[in-house]
Amino acid sequence: MTTRVISGKTVQVNEEGFLLSPDEWTKEIAVEIAKEEGIAELTPEHWKVIEWCRQNAVNGRSPTLRQITAGTGISTKEMFALFPKGPAKKVAHIAGLGKPEGCV
Amino acid sequence: MTDETRKMAFICSKGTLDMAYPALVMGWAALGNGIDVTIFFTFWGLDIIRKSRQDHLEIAPVGNTSMKMSMMGIRADNAGIPNVVGVLPGMTALATKLMKDKMQALGVPPVSEYLQMLVDGGAKLYACKLSVDMMGLKPEDFVDGVAGIVTAADFIDMTDGAQIIFI
Repeated sequence: MTTRVISGKTVQVNEEGFLLSPDEWTKEIAVEIAKEEGIAELTPEHWKVIEWCRQNAVNGRSPTLRQITAGTGISTKEMFALFPKGPAKKVAHIAGLGKPEGCV
Repeated sequence: MTDETRKMAFICSKGTLDMAYPALVMGWAALGNGIDVTIFFTFWGLDIIRKSRQDHLEIAPVGNTSMKMSMMGIRADNAGIPNVVGVLPGMTALATKLMKDKMQALGVPPVSEYLQMLVDGGAKLYACKLSVDMMGLKPEDFVDGVAGIVTAADFIDMTDGAQIIFI
């Protein structure tokens, strides 16, 4: 287990940089991690997905991409545009959740 | 780790229901990990991208030594489905329905929907020219997500540096 400081707050992360405790997450942390993931600015659409994932996480794990598209009404295409190269994994990282589990 | 995006290419050569899913599942997982995905459909694999066929793929119990009675809900340990039973009318339809029901229960989308998810995620789909010519098919026989009908040499060119998986 490692700790790191993100936007002034010390948080616990795993070896891939995912937060270990969703409770340690803040919106400032999300903005910082998004930048690291290549997303310069989080738009209201980004926040809609992030918040939905936080509300629908099971045991701290973020939902799968198909669950996100079904739950938010945001299409697969839009998700890949909002969070390029691996949307579900990126959202999980930004939202302070664990990687999604499941093949769809 | 290099900055260059990892690439994976799948060759789908089979048109049975059980052989359609591996590329869909792995391709979707690859896209989810930020990997470039190309899929080349050849021979019977063309059924996966044919409008008239993709949601009618089947799985036959005849000659399938992995399909056991237990999959049909009959408690019979390791006993297989005898081929003489498998040839009865309706057995292929029954096995197909059972597999589709199991997939649906797990939240796995039907082939057409799954393939569209991959296209929306940026996967590039191609049909093999030789197979298309051999089967007398036309571009309009394929679903919209198919980017083109290409030769094997074209496919080799466009997958330079990719990890190739033959199914």
